[in-house]
Amino acid sequence: MATAVQRLRGTFLPLSFNSGLNVIGILVVLVALFASTQRVIEGGGTYFFQTLGFGLAQGAIFALVALGYTMVYGIIELINFAHGDVFTLGAFFSLAIITSPLGALIGLTPSSSGAGVILPLLGLFVVTMLFCALVNIAIERVAYRPLRHAPRLAPLITAIGMSALLEGIMNVWKGPYNLAYPDFLPENQIPLGGGATIAAKSVFVIVIAVVLMVVLTLFINRSKLGKAMRATAQDRDAAQLMGIDINRTISATFFIGAALAGAGGIIYGLYYNSVQAFDGFQYGLYAFTAAVFGGIGNIPGAAIGGFVIGIVFAMSDGYFTTKWTIPLIFAILIFVLVFRPTGLLGMRVPEK
Amino acid sequence: MAPILRVEGVSKRFGGLVAVDNVSFEVNEGEVFALIGPNGAGKTTLFNCVTGFYTPTLGTVTFQGRDITGFPPHRTAKAGIARTFQNIRLFDYMTAVDNVRLGHHVRMRSRLWDSLFKTPFERREEREITEHSMELLDLVGLKRHADSYARNLAYGQQRRLEIARALATDPKLLLLDEPAAGFTPQEKVELMQLVQVILARGITVFLIEHDMRVVMQASKRIVVLDHGEKIAEGTPAEVRANQRVIEAYLGKSA
Amino acid sequence: MSRVRDFWNSNRRNPNAIAYAIFIIGAIFYPSIVQFLNGGNGDYLVGFAADGGIYILMAIGLNVVVGFAGLLDLGYAAFFAIGSYTYATVASYHLGVTPIGHALHLPFWIALLIGMFVAAAAGALLGAPTLRLRGDYLAIVTLGFGEIVPIVFRNGEVWTGGVPGISGLDVPSLPGWFVGPWIGQDFGWVPDFRFNTGNLTAYYVLMCFLIAITVVLVHNLYNSRLGRAWMAVREDETAAAASGVNTVTVKLLAFSIGAATSGFAGAFYGAKLSYVSSENFGFVVSVTVLAMVVLGGMGNIPGAMLGAAVLYFILFRLLPDAPAQLQSLASALGLDFLNKADPNGWPGIGEVVSRLKYVIFGLILVGIMLLRPQGLLPSQVRKQELKHAEHEALTAPRQLQG
Repeated sequence: MATAVQRLRGTFLPLSFNSGLNVIGILVVLVALFASTQRVIEGGGTYFFQTLGFGLAQGAIFALVALGYTMVYGIIELINFAHGDVFTLGAFFSLAIITSPLGALIGLTPSSSGAGVILPLLGLFVVTMLFCALVNIAIERVAYRPLRHAPRLAPLITAIGMSALLEGIMNVWKGPYNLAYPDFLPENQIPLGGGATIAAKSVFVIVIAVVLMVVLTLFINRSKLGKAMRATAQDRDAAQLMGIDINRTISATFFIGAALAGAGGIIYGLYYNSVQAFDGFQYGLYAFTAAVFGGIGNIPGAAIGGFVIGIVFAMSDGYFTTKWTIPLIFAILIFVLVFRPTGLLGMRVPEK
Repeated sequence: MAPILRVEGVSKRFGGLVAVDNVSFEVNEGEVFALIGPNGAGKTTLFNCVTGFYTPTLGTVTFQGRDITGFPPHRTAKAGIARTFQNIRLFDYMTAVDNVRLGHHVRMRSRLWDSLFKTPFERREEREITEHSMELLDLVGLKRHADSYARNLAYGQQRRLEIARALATDPKLLLLDEPAAGFTPQEKVELMQLVQVILARGITVFLIEHDMRVVMQASKRIVVLDHGEKIAEGTPAEVRANQRVIEAYLGKSA
Repeated sequence: MSRVRDFWNSNRRNPNAIAYAIFIIGAIFYPSIVQFLNGGNGDYLVGFAADGGIYILMAIGLNVVVGFAGLLDLGYAAFFAIGSYTYATVASYHLGVTPIGHALHLPFWIALLIGMFVAAAAGALLGAPTLRLRGDYLAIVTLGFGEIVPIVFRNGEVWTGGVPGISGLDVPSLPGWFVGPWIGQDFGWVPDFRFNTGNLTAYYVLMCFLIAITVVLVHNLYNSRLGRAWMAVREDETAAAASGVNTVTVKLLAFSIGAATSGFAGAFYGAKLSYVSSENFGFVVSVTVLAMVVLGGMGNIPGAMLGAAVLYFILFRLLPDAPAQLQSLASALGLDFLNKADPNGWPGIGEVVSRLKYVIFGLILVGIMLLRPQGLLPSQVRKQELKHAEHEALTAPRQLQG
């Protein structure tokens, strides 16, 4: 009997501790929701939809970058700190093309505009995505692959190093300034009815991101390489025994992740019309927060997490104070990791 | 004799897979108790449930009359249960003597303060555990290799070093996971002698073993697992005669 | 006499003993040498070294976390900030202008220790829930924490002095201090000594003592029950837990001790500058200290110190001087075009060099981990560990069998 009671206590105490925290968590969320609703009502519908559109567009970029984090983590359990800088590199590289004679050759100059930019812009996307992908593959080759069997700490340190190196190179290249990124996108607002509008820019960003994510999902689910990636993520040794070329699969993961980040970089440039060498580090962290929020290693989770973080960002900026937005995002990062390390959609159980 | 370890209705599930299914048995103080079964029968999972690496899905583990179900590993070690691993887990880049000294961790009483300021108490304790570590290395025949890195020892020496490290935690119950795996006949004889020495120090031995000769000679009682279920329990003679065991295990391997 | 010889024989091949000996001799003679070389005007170099001591302290502390326990702490500067701001709160006029309205001037050494303990407590609060999870989550949680803390101090308005920060902190003081001919006075004893920027040698000496004390304490820890447990946890957590090590507690202690060291350094730094501001504690500080530890040799105290000294010298002496020197070199060689800035491209060689900081961090972190993972001054264990890392590739990963 005594042991039974002890046993009960053993199971119930942590449970009530956890549920206590959950209650607090739910209360916090409710209060935040209440406060937001009040402000939203005060702010009116037009402002709300503008903010929401902004959040969705921002979230789309977060999602693109988060996918790379989550895919790499899923397959080799490494936080690729350099990923955020590959993203900035995408913006830098595309900007360099636009401002070079090459840009004029394909019909893109900083002053281009109108429907004529669509095709060259598509070309710019392809070239930039390819470039970022190759850079990321090189990073994996040089900095992570030789350390695959070293203590876990080693590749984490080289990842930080690679991030610093990329930032350093971009800084030497262009200096620590905000660089103007050309504004190719239309500035008009698309009416949604009832006076509410959404910026055409936001629609463009969201559409491109969603298209890329759909392509990625199809690829992962349908293609042979995608299956190899999923198999390797689940059990590398077993996948190897099944004849899957692990190195090739990992390279492919880095390739795809970086291609998405590169696309994100261009979109970022087009959307904000400004980019800076050190942008990628913090932006990468927001995207990583999105990946964690959706459950690290979980691809749809990263996409959803990206949109959620984007919306939280925009709402906090729009209805509360921009001063506390960044701490809020990082607080979400810490709280999710600590209290729900598998994320909202995560199924991977973290080992101790 | 009183049971030192009582396993009652322990089950362990991983998702849909039932690795251990409602297993109960008792290990008596001062005996050699063996757990056998075909590969994948759930033997190591059961060990992990006893030593706290897994929390059983159902059931209780009682050690010396105290419920230790769900204790984390360091607390089961503190309670007096030590173990070795099927695939040797030494601290490869620590010397043999440091491996054994680490084993004393749970019995040491130096606090952060003592360590920071190297108090006389801490110095004395370090001296004592170093001496004791050398004794234990001597016991397993590794005294000459005290300053070798664990990774540089031969396979059989590594197995023995792991036992020495486990003994350093001053256990009442020692769990050995396939201690004779990969041993030569000569090494197996030495291992059985070592088990007798351990027993003579008042430590109960609970082992998983594949080598039937070792099991039959060394152990007093045996539990047989198959597909996570207990299919037999008894003395070596009884188990050897058990029809289910022959079918499940001996029959296949003979 | 024979004992001296024994000591000599047993240590002359020990690189750490040699390194310590060189550090001690170097530290003793450094002020005289720089004064001599600069004709008595070397004070600024003494002060430069004293400031570098802050980084050495931080590197020793981060080495406990990264080198001993194998945990990646990327928010190390946050604890430095917490130490600084805590000191600023309890030892300045600042509390007088907050709603509390009552300034606190605790004695220097007590305020220093409070700064240290508050940082350690912050480390424990952050580490306790995180360290139960897998190791690389700590890296990301500390990174997030390191981003939050400076912003909180910047946004803290009246409580933290906001953007301008807090100034007028009580300067370090001691009950007494020796003076002598080395500062142009007669031998003597100054009671209630207050450090000031006019006496940089005193700062230097104090810094050396603080480092020496820290080294002795951390060295003691490394050679204790706790140090062994750190090593064991770093190598194989499962085996450590089976041997009775409470892995969470042990890691938490490493993390908190690292935070405490950082907080202590931060409090001292604030006192020395008599000023704190949220601008000094960004991620770049954390990366700098990490690069110092990696450069010198993870897991080895003199290694971390050497790495800190070398990188500090590069970042704060070579790099700031390099643009001017390179520009004059380029002119002397008739390569003047290198100096000319082109508005759309080449920014001039001086400017390029001044932007190299992050490239240096990157090259150190990546290059050292790939080419010489044991660092400049390896610990014996690390050397072994990494020499054989390639063999690990051949053996299957070890795991708990189900």
